[in-house]
Amino acid sequence: MDPILEILEKDARLKPEEIAKMVKRNVVEIKKLIQKYEKERVILRYKTVLNKELLRNSSEVRALIEVKVTPQRDVGFDAIATRIYQFPEVRSCYLMSGGYDLLVTVEGKDLQSVASFVSEKLSTLENVHGTVTHFLLKKYKEDGDILRSREEDKRIAISF
Amino acid sequence: MKNDLNQYLNKQVQALPPSGIRAFFELVIGMKDIISLGVGEPDFDTPWAIRESAIYSIEHGHTTYTSNKGLLQLRNEIAKYLRGKFKLDYDPENEILITVGVSEAMDLAVRALLNPRDTVLIPEPCYVSYSPIVSLAGGNPQYLSTRKEEKFKLRLQDLEKIKGAKPKVLILNYPSNPTGTSYSKKELEAIAKTIHKMNLFVISDEIYSDLSYETPHTAFASLPQMKDRTLLVNGFSKGYAMTGWRIGYAAGPRPLLDAMTKIHQYTIMCAPIMGQWAACEALKNGETAISNMRKEYERRRNFIVDGLNKIGLECHHPEGAFYAFPSIQKTGMDSMNFAKKLLEKEKVAVVPGTAFGPSGEGFVRLSYATGMDKIKEALLRMRRFIKS
Repeated sequence: MDPILEILEKDARLKPEEIAKMVKRNVVEIKKLIQKYEKERVILRYKTVLNKELLRNSSEVRALIEVKVTPQRDVGFDAIATRIYQFPEVRSCYLMSGGYDLLVTVEGKDLQSVASFVSEKLSTLENVHGTVTHFLLKKYKEDGDILRSREEDKRIAISF
Repeated sequence: MKNDLNQYLNKQVQALPPSGIRAFFELVIGMKDIISLGVGEPDFDTPWAIRESAIYSIEHGHTTYTSNKGLLQLRNEIAKYLRGKFKLDYDPENEILITVGVSEAMDLAVRALLNPRDTVLIPEPCYVSYSPIVSLAGGNPQYLSTRKEEKFKLRLQDLEKIKGAKPKVLILNYPSNPTGTSYSKKELEAIAKTIHKMNLFVISDEIYSDLSYETPHTAFASLPQMKDRTLLVNGFSKGYAMTGWRIGYAAGPRPLLDAMTKIHQYTIMCAPIMGQWAACEALKNGETAISNMRKEYERRRNFIVDGLNKIGLECHHPEGAFYAFPSIQKTGMDSMNFAKKLLEKEKVAVVPGTAFGPSGEGFVRLSYATGMDKIKEALLRMRRFIKS
């Protein structure tokens, strides 16, 4: 992967000037490349990663749902996947190998709203012929980030 | 009458420099909320797979002594690594010794090599322990000064003009702590020629070899005719972020390894077994973790060196390790004064260059084994400090 993307994926706040120094390249060149990536939608957007485990008033509920579907002629799984991922409640949607077809992550403000999304919206779709819902109880690690409070530097402050 | 305990102490130990730096270190350790660029170890935790393998070894009762030379499995892995990386062939049975960090390997080497008053050449600025261990072994440490204009590289013309007693050993360390300087293969070949001519033995401390950014590291022992006159010393602390595990190794000609093993078996017995199993895992499966850390250090290096030069602290381009060694001469302060004032005024800790030898005067060592956020903030504070 382009080092510029690696750097931005870790810290999107770094300015082009800073990235230019890190990779020893011209800042104009870096700006142009970033623009190109944005245009091509390689860079979709810049966001902040929250540790919601530390937010006491956050009562968001997440569920992983295994969905069995019937693929359609010519379009395979894509058409039904599109029908599903357009719902704003759906946070992610993957086509899987194995015992089911789509793995869908759904988020809602409480258990009820997730349950009703599954029973009213998801299961009733044509071509969906089975769902298994797993509610998420606790997040430990998400997308490479371990969700815990900050740890102090354990090293002694000065050494040879 | 009060008994003077000093009368019992060893004179050689008493004569060692008390390290004027210690008071400064205490000052740093006593202060809160500082940004420290004074740390000589990685800011990464040891990769989990390595830690996990040590836990597994403890769970399975691997809590005994190992062979004096270290676990044969680990020596085999090291032999494989040295063959793969540097085309160096060492017999794991007789030519590799596992030690308690590189520090022990260095100490064993000088003790096994030196007779009283033998001269050991040490290019400086250099790691702090080289000269004391030579003195403690009864040898005569002789510094070879290096200069910023030559990127702190060993000056062959000085080496060839050495006066006085014929030197026996040269200690090399590249990439270097504190200067980050390393050598190309061509430069090393020129050094090797002189070594051969002068009939010197080389102790080559290559602990930062995995943190080489520009060119791949060349092991000194891999140069023509050098394997028989070189002790290769390396370990896991820096590349694999395993400082606290204390596992290093020495590879070299059998007679020297036999002699070192004798001292090691009487003084240390063996390196801790858990660390040895962890090191095995590091060599077997650690390459990805190492290369990710290396990439990160390289980017920080580029950033900090650029930043230092922009704020007027002229800094040569360090090819390896995780240190920048900028000149602070333009500020008119000496190294210690600069470090003290920077700490007091801006709460940024750096190590005065004089800690690493007389040629370190006018320089400070900054470690970039710390996160980008802290590096950025430290540069801002240093800029403010210099302007005031």
